[in-house]
Amino acid sequence: MMRRLCTALIAVALFATFFPASVLGQEPVKLTFWSWRTEDKWVYDRMIRLFQTRNPGIKIEFIPFRAPEYATILSTGLTAGRGPDIIHLRAYGGLETFAAPGFIAPLDFEQVPELKRFPLQTIAGARSRKDGRIYGVPFATQTLVIFYNKKIFAQHNLTVPKTWDQFLTVMRTLKDKGVVPLANGGKEGWTLEVLSGVIAPNFYGGTTFFEAVTRGQTTFREPAYTNALAKMLELRPYMPTGFMGVDYATMQQMFINEQAAMFIGGSWEIGFFKAQNKNLEFGVFAAPPERADQIPWVSSYADGNYGINAKTPHMEAALKFIRFTATLEFGQMFTDLLAQMSAVPGVVVRNPQLQQVQAMNRKATPYIMLVGFRWQAPTGSTLLQSALQGMMAGTLTPAQVGEEVTRGLSSWIDAFRGR
Amino acid sequence: MRAGRRLWLAIFLAPAVVLFAAFVTYPILSALAYSLYSWEGIGRRGFAGLANFIRLFTTFPYPRLLVGAFWHNVVVFGLTMLIQNITGLALALILARNPWGARAYRAIFFLPVTLSLVIVGFLWGLFLNPVFGVINKTLGMVGLGALARAWLGEPETALITLTLINAWRWVGFPTIVFLAGINAVPEDYLEAARLDGASEWDVTRRIIFPLLAPAVTIIVILTFIGSFNWFELPYVVQGVSGAPNRATDVLGLLFYRTAFGEVDTGLQDIGVGSAIAVLMFLMLVTVSTVGAVFLRRREVEMG
Repeated sequence: MMRRLCTALIAVALFATFFPASVLGQEPVKLTFWSWRTEDKWVYDRMIRLFQTRNPGIKIEFIPFRAPEYATILSTGLTAGRGPDIIHLRAYGGLETFAAPGFIAPLDFEQVPELKRFPLQTIAGARSRKDGRIYGVPFATQTLVIFYNKKIFAQHNLTVPKTWDQFLTVMRTLKDKGVVPLANGGKEGWTLEVLSGVIAPNFYGGTTFFEAVTRGQTTFREPAYTNALAKMLELRPYMPTGFMGVDYATMQQMFINEQAAMFIGGSWEIGFFKAQNKNLEFGVFAAPPERADQIPWVSSYADGNYGINAKTPHMEAALKFIRFTATLEFGQMFTDLLAQMSAVPGVVVRNPQLQQVQAMNRKATPYIMLVGFRWQAPTGSTLLQSALQGMMAGTLTPAQVGEEVTRGLSSWIDAFRGR
Repeated sequence: MRAGRRLWLAIFLAPAVVLFAAFVTYPILSALAYSLYSWEGIGRRGFAGLANFIRLFTTFPYPRLLVGAFWHNVVVFGLTMLIQNITGLALALILARNPWGARAYRAIFFLPVTLSLVIVGFLWGLFLNPVFGVINKTLGMVGLGALARAWLGEPETALITLTLINAWRWVGFPTIVFLAGINAVPEDYLEAARLDGASEWDVTRRIIFPLLAPAVTIIVILTFIGSFNWFELPYVVQGVSGAPNRATDVLGLLFYRTAFGEVDTGLQDIGVGSAIAVLMFLMLVTVSTVGAVFLRRREVEMG
């Protein structure tokens, strides 16, 4: 009896080894998909399941890594000639660093016709400056905004400020009532860059200045820019005590637990805020400009892309998935499940806060350092973030910030040299 | 017999040699090689000679970052010697006299050394948090609220605070090493000195200190290497950018940030990053060797 069972088992095992799925058709292609979005794994797993039911010949495994280590792990994988088939990539310079040396497969409209419908500003985040080709399908756009707690505002009879002065008045009122007006801190430099991305564009003139500075017609020494940075200093009294020691997690906790009335950040927070505190009633507004008759600028940018490893042995299958990510169906699921603006055109937004963000984007300006100055080291962001910490801590003036950023960038921006 | 012995030596040494070669020698050599090439993103391009070193020394902001980070390493070394090692010596001298509860104290002082550095960094980060942290709250409760500040966020206090956290974590180590050194001093020497009428201070200064020189050598060299390779604690507590505004930037962070990029912010510059690694390695080897030779000379033979 025992012997017979063993024989049967061995036979089954042998059969399975020699005739894998091929009996039923062709062997499924297995693709790996690397990402830094550990929190979003459930969403990607769902989309992959949908894709797999339509493409039974393809299996995809979504493998997320911790965000701080992702770039290092991906570099190591790609340079060693391994790495995944499908790659979650950042945008602009963060894509260029992988695309320019040839690790990512370029895409064209024939391979992914869906890309033709994407707006140019979004595609700009997927384009390499080296050869002008597209290296991925953009997945989201982000907008930098001010979040406010509706309950706290109602308690103190406050309305959304329309001008910079009203904004300061609202914060003064809150502070007098013993409420921390702004959750923002300065321990992590990037949160200060975001703060500048929200506050400054209205004062430096949005896209007009962006165009001028990216063409090299002016530099970051320009008073319009440094005066705009100086506006950030007016927020200091309304930030938490010891704000220079307040990190990103603390900022989020203060706003989520209703210990602070406002939070200056990015549209990616919407889903997180909702998930952390179901009872949090919050709204969104754009940074108030000088005068009430001005429409405010909001900084926005393409968040990142889905790309293909240039060395993948399964190009055809990978392309099939990449095309799927560019469909309206994928984009709609992305926006519905993650409460983020999908980059796919035509997605219907149902989340009320995200609808507000979408409306603001009618006057959007590129998030200045990310879009224009993160293409080589030292990046504009690296330089700006540190200098802004100096400025907020009181050791640098806004003019010195402009000077440092311009000087640092002049090592790879010829137009800044000697100006 | 001889050959057999050699064979055994080789067998026992082989695993260590292989590990050392794979994880120390090879990376150092490859860093040296990388530093001599030009890079396009993460792709290696042509041979570039010393171009990366020239860029590191002449192109803003690299020279300033390099000098700033180096200076911070020097400060950390100085403060650690002053605070951590002198405290360690004092604790060892006290413990050597076997006061009540000496064994318990020895364990308590050594306890933080056994904690994971990530946990130490995370806990102190919480304690020092200006919004939720216990340190500023306690200061407020005892009427010293005016002293409360963003310890890790202000350029004036951040580096000192980090050094103190590091000292808190490590102080048990020099304590134990010094204690072992003191306990190794033969009792006869001390007794003889006391019989000759030497005061306790004389015994400490003229007999214990000279015989403690080997322990001091080890601690100074280890502190030097630790201070100039300092990376984990600043990385865990302050992140990779040496915040605020490079006030806690040290060579280890500068190297990591330049070679591997700041998350979402900076790009990888493997050439210049490797150049920094090569410089760090050369400096550590030179100073450690010279220091070891110099400190050995003042050691006294016991016997």
